[in-house]
Amino acid sequence: MIKPARVFGEVMRHLFKKPATCAYPFEKAKITERFRGRIDFDSPKCIGCQMCVRVCPAKAIEIKLSAEQPPAPVQAEGQPPVPAKRKFDCFMHLDHCVYCAQCVETCPKDALIMTQDFELAHTSRAALTRHYK
Amino acid sequence: MAKITIPFGPQHPALKEPENFMLVLEGEQISGSTINLGYNHRGMEKAAESRTYIQNLYLIERVCGICSHSHTTTYITNVEELAKAEVPQRALAIRTLIAELERVHSHLLWLGVAGYEMGFETLFMYTWRDREQVLDCLELLSGNRVHYSINTIGGVRRDVSAEQKAEVLKRIKFLEGRTQYYIKLALEEPTIAARTADVGRLPPEVALERGAVGPTARASGIARDVRKDEPYLLYDKLDFKLITHNTNDVFGRLVVRALELVESYKMINQVINNLPEGPISVKVPMKIAPGEAVNHYEAPRGEDIHYLKSNGTDKPERLKVRAPTMANLQSVSYMLEGGWLADVPLVIAAIDPCMSCTDRAAVWDQKKGKMAVYGWEELRKLGIEHYKHRGIDFSKL
Ligand code: SF4
Ligand code: SF4
Repeated sequence: MIKPARVFGEVMRHLFKKPATCAYPFEKAKITERFRGRIDFDSPKCIGCQMCVRVCPAKAIEIKLSAEQPPAPVQAEGQPPVPAKRKFDCFMHLDHCVYCAQCVETCPKDALIMTQDFELAHTSRAALTRHYK
Repeated sequence: MAKITIPFGPQHPALKEPENFMLVLEGEQISGSTINLGYNHRGMEKAAESRTYIQNLYLIERVCGICSHSHTTTYITNVEELAKAEVPQRALAIRTLIAELERVHSHLLWLGVAGYEMGFETLFMYTWRDREQVLDCLELLSGNRVHYSINTIGGVRRDVSAEQKAEVLKRIKFLEGRTQYYIKLALEEPTIAARTADVGRLPPEVALERGAVGPTARASGIARDVRKDEPYLLYDKLDFKLITHNTNDVFGRLVVRALELVESYKMINQVINNLPEGPISVKVPMKIAPGEAVNHYEAPRGEDIHYLKSNGTDKPERLKVRAPTMANLQSVSYMLEGGWLADVPLVIAAIDPCMSCTDRAAVWDQKKGKMAVYGWEELRKLGIEHYKHRGIDFSKL
């Protein structure tokens, strides 16, 4: 059963429709809450266990001891000395990361945070390695 | 008439993926064709051997952009089989849901590509716009549009909430209406009939002989579907029809895919309305017990087969992937023969090829016309020779 110009009515109707696209970047793109974007780092929480580094499929994270360490807490009288909590820095290679968020799931201390930040393009390669302190 | 051979591809043969077809032409008619694979070999199977099971999940997902869920699910079923993990029912249901959404997205994409190849760009624009609805569903459920990463070893990573269910159902309802319109269009619009009827014929005996899979086989009247033949996930509990068509041509492949969309909507509704309660994942140790496993899966393009060998460590010893396009390419050379040059893009696109998932390792010596299988020693020798030509000597290592 062949009917010519079957699509004609539909085409006419579409002439009066709003475009399906949005005018990004002038209009903000809609991002869902579960979107996996840039991974952020919360240094005080990190214990330097390196689990995120081991699980990352793209070798995108490095966790290193910070250059400046916080001073050891003052020793209370009659108590044994408390060792200082070590502080860690995170180097995130945004150009390696595949944004799977497996590191966020693996981190035992919730020191890595998934953000909805996706506008990560840059003109310099060096700027793609973020140093979180 | 004199015969001439022209290369078709590897740059942009019908689709933006590198593959080479050598076509022997007599005038405008094709009298023979050879397919050359290997322009897109990425060494994924080898790479998988040096990554842990959980890292491989994200690697395997990238075998193909469109069947990303198909590949990880097949891979993960193997891993879970070896680890003897009991995956919760809710996780299986969510995997089924994503699998069917993925099929909808893939089939709508194909419908657009087919429209484009037959010069019916209006259809291409409409289907791709509507496909955004299903991509939005996938983004809503998993976070991303293409690489959903919903699977994890032992279950799924993200649950489905009540609002998400309602949102997905709303979008699927809209798509149902649109799909009914496309089915009508496919059956009644003269452009489609003129461009697809009797193009790229593949009789059932040839389809069987050449091992066609998926919609390509089903359009030749072969009732073959892993979801029915050997149900995995929740498919044995779902009510759906196996779609076949008997015109054996591109038109049949179009009808099969369009009708399969309707079946997928049905399944999505069933899964969402009967989502089992319970946890969404179980813990699986990093190290997987030694053993071998093979599983297959009905990807949108056809049967996908994964083989996995474990040696008791946290990394696989061997992983082998047989993607559906590999199985269907044999049929393409038959479909091209006797056809017209102008139909080539359409015929190639009709199997919904995905070259990057196909290219893994096939060594074909064209001069001798022989297939060769290389062992470890020979590969090593070849590698050393190759580098010697470039001035680096590895033979002492
Ligand atoms: S998101 Fe994935 S790829 Fe990126 S740093 Fe985390 S684990 Fe690595
Ligand atoms: S970010 Fe988390 S997983 Fe990574 S080293 Fe710190 S505590 Fe460990």
